[in-house]
Amino acid sequence: MARSALTGTRIRERRTALGLKQADLARAVGVSAAYINLIEHNRRRVGDELLDKLARVLGAEPVALAEGAEGALFEGLREAAAGGDAPVSQAELERIEEFVGRFPGWAAVLAARQKRVTELERVLEDYSERMAQDPFLLTSLHEVISAVTGLRSTAAILVETEDIELEWRARFLATIQEESLRLSDTAEALVGYLDAEEQAETGLATPLEQVEAWLEARNWHLTELEAADPPAHERLIDGVPELASGAARKLALAHIAQVAADARALPLPEMTRALAALGPDPAALAARFGVSLGTVFRRLAALPEGVPGLPPLGLVICDASGTLTFRRPAPGFALPRFGAACPLWPLFEALSRPMQPIRALVDMAGRLPQRYLSYAYCQPRAPGGFDGPVLMEAMMLILPPPDTPEIATGPARLIGSSCRICPRAACAGRREPSIMGEA
Amino acid sequence: MEKHHVLLIEDEPNIAEAIRFILKRAGWEVSIRSDGAQALSAVEDLRPDVLILDLMLPGLSGIEILSRLRARSDFADLPVLMLTARGQSRDREAAQRAGATAFLSKPFANSELCEMLGRIVAPETTPDA
Repeated sequence: MARSALTGTRIRERRTALGLKQADLARAVGVSAAYINLIEHNRRRVGDELLDKLARVLGAEPVALAEGAEGALFEGLREAAAGGDAPVSQAELERIEEFVGRFPGWAAVLAARQKRVTELERVLEDYSERMAQDPFLLTSLHEVISAVTGLRSTAAILVETEDIELEWRARFLATIQEESLRLSDTAEALVGYLDAEEQAETGLATPLEQVEAWLEARNWHLTELEAADPPAHERLIDGVPELASGAARKLALAHIAQVAADARALPLPEMTRALAALGPDPAALAARFGVSLGTVFRRLAALPEGVPGLPPLGLVICDASGTLTFRRPAPGFALPRFGAACPLWPLFEALSRPMQPIRALVDMAGRLPQRYLSYAYCQPRAPGGFDGPVLMEAMMLILPPPDTPEIATGPARLIGSSCRICPRAACAGRREPSIMGEA
Repeated sequence: MEKHHVLLIEDEPNIAEAIRFILKRAGWEVSIRSDGAQALSAVEDLRPDVLILDLMLPGLSGIEILSRLRARSDFADLPVLMLTARGQSRDREAAQRAGATAFLSKPFANSELCEMLGRIVAPETTPDA
């Protein structure tokens, strides 16, 4: 069974919710209390057999502990429930974990079907949008209709007008010849255009999603850029299957250029030493290297796995419109696949407080809310210099919470992924009703 | 009997010529303008009995021309036949809102054009075929 990095956190939350002590749980599943403690702090991986025992004692489905109700499978099922013609009742939604636990195969099939449906809907939207806005297609369509209209009317005149004068007859025959050639040329150009589009586009993902798929496949780290003499950026994306569209390759090149600049500012050996000494504190790291917080945020999210002191983390970046322009998910922190994110994320607060660092503990909504430490910061960019527009860019780094009792039990900001699947009914930031029950 | 007058605003010369031929044979007097920007002054100068207006025109779109005409009291009732592309329902809706009297989708049968004009112009002004 797939494990998220926060399986232990969910076990601890479930145990404390039931009022059990670590020793009680340890006894019930036949391991030591110290071992349970390590598991709960995500320092030991839980085997399938032990997970089953823990789930039985805690009255939870093993998959819910392993993946968390915020996992992709659950999110897919909730989307399926939200997208269907017949509404799924609240009572049934509340039994989603039981459904996944009892019928994992069917649940996976349903979630996979939902994902496919959503992808195909996007393809349709994309093509519809393209038909409506693509200047080449619009012009071609106009050409075809005009040529066919001219042909049809002219041919009908020739057939239906018995006493047509020779001069008119010759003129209309010339029109038929001219419009036929025009139709043939337009059709040829259109076929060529559509062929090229088909080869260039997978049609199943936005350019940003393609870039994310590529980075995920690279484990969010581009080793080549750490070298003293890194290769040409284009070589990193040569033949990469995930980057199927020209737009995605353009985004990827821009990302590579940024990562390369950050790597030059914060070289891996120095960064590794600083992390070991200071931990993943962006402000301390920025002060150590004399760089901006944004540079540290991005650099932390681009480091290789296994650097001492580097926890599993996520990074989201948005522009001034709130549109997410970069999404590296943190384990268990559900990022909305479509639509807008939760307005209570510190990321968006940072937009309204440029240049002011924000650190906030957040509880991500779910059956078992998960706690994270977030750092958010917004800084301006002026790509056009003094004469161009100033563009604001906000970033939010998402880390596991520090392992201290105060932090584990202290107050935290209640957030969600997106309104549609967030169970906090009374949330002040709610934009639309949720399909979930109240948390 | 005096011929009735149709003004055609169409930028495709072959379509315009075919329509002119068809309508002349059907007893209409036909004037043609190929640019949207010329349309309003032509309506003003020629005072046609009916206007055939292509939707996609250079200079000024058919919708824009129609909106400007309908804003004037002397052209509020002028019958206007819009030529649209088949399947472009959004264009039709926009033209309807702007005050089109009727629509004809391209490509069309010549007989359809004559019938449509006959329907939107008052019977007493319809020319004899």
